[in-house]
Amino acid sequence: MTTPTMTRHERRDENTMTSAIEITGLTKNYGGLRALDGLDLTLPTGQIVGLLGENGCGKTTLLKVLAGVLSDHTGEVSIAGHRPGPEAKARVSFLPDASFLPDNARVSECVATYEDFFADFDVAKADDLIEFFGLQQDMRLKQMSKGMREKVQIALAMSRQATVYLLDEPISGVDPAAREVILDGMVRNLSEDSLVLISTHLVHDLEPILDGVVMMRYGKVLLAGAVDDLRAEHGKSIDQMFREVYQWSPR
Amino acid sequence: MEFDTSSPIWLQLVTEFSRRVATAEWAAGERIPGVRELALQLGVNPNTVQRALTEMERDGLFRSERTSGRFVTDDSSRVSRLRRELAAGAADDYIRISRGLSMELRDATVLVDERWNENDNPNHDQARAEG
Repeated sequence: MTTPTMTRHERRDENTMTSAIEITGLTKNYGGLRALDGLDLTLPTGQIVGLLGENGCGKTTLLKVLAGVLSDHTGEVSIAGHRPGPEAKARVSFLPDASFLPDNARVSECVATYEDFFADFDVAKADDLIEFFGLQQDMRLKQMSKGMREKVQIALAMSRQATVYLLDEPISGVDPAAREVILDGMVRNLSEDSLVLISTHLVHDLEPILDGVVMMRYGKVLLAGAVDDLRAEHGKSIDQMFREVYQWSPR
Repeated sequence: MEFDTSSPIWLQLVTEFSRRVATAEWAAGERIPGVRELALQLGVNPNTVQRALTEMERDGLFRSERTSGRFVTDDSSRVSRLRRELAAGAADDYIRISRGLSMELRDATVLVDERWNENDNPNHDQARAEG
């Protein structure tokens, strides 16, 4: 394994930075389609931030660029103090919206794979979460429902001690009880040195645990801010604001 | 705890924490749970809890000790003042409604006297304070 590992001391030094994500002028095209259009965004550590926006507004593309999965973009991107790439990946836990684990694998094998790949992976925590979600280690993924598979992936992604967590629609497929456990897990794990960026349509479920929101439209940031400040300013819930914001201005 | 998501959650937490102090659910001088524990209990973001706790400290209702944690003030006159403030708010509501019903002060006061003993039931009072 060539995964970069680092000592505690090095980690701490790196954690003196204040911005978990810094993006300026990020543009990404898919052929003739512009998915991200000169996007600027800075997010500090120590927060849980909701990434909101209608289908096709560029949320997933943004997360993929940050995760280092898409590389042919223009603009400046820094995540966990690095450009997207191997060094950043060692500190960024990305949960894609699609399944990325082999169908035939057992849960225990997925845990072992994560342990091999990521120096910051906490096996005991993953085992705890898997048990908490009511899943068995010897089950194969192909025996599982969509929601159960999502739980496995969430357990794996959340069990890394990462600087930045990028979660693409993590709770859309799971039942309300499990949603609560997942949100609980986020609150429990949030450290001053980490950022959780979570894309979702389920604004209502997430509202109480969010520090901030980023609303996107047409590949740009439409509105970003601290949720309690937005509530005070507008006298509305984020859910209501979201609905209103996405009603006006046809392209 | 259920929140009204159309107003700042940290302010709702200040209201809730004040109620806990006023009803002595968190007694004077008592140590209160840590930020993370409160966040989990209440299902909110730790930073939001922190903001509410800071406000409570500024109001002199909590005090923070570097090593041992955060405590409810043991200044009983401060807690009395809080109770008075909370009760005054409820009294204002009563007055506003009574005036709206064209009641005289004397009748309104008599009504309070009458009801005071009728409602002499600790559970009732508790439920009211929580409501």
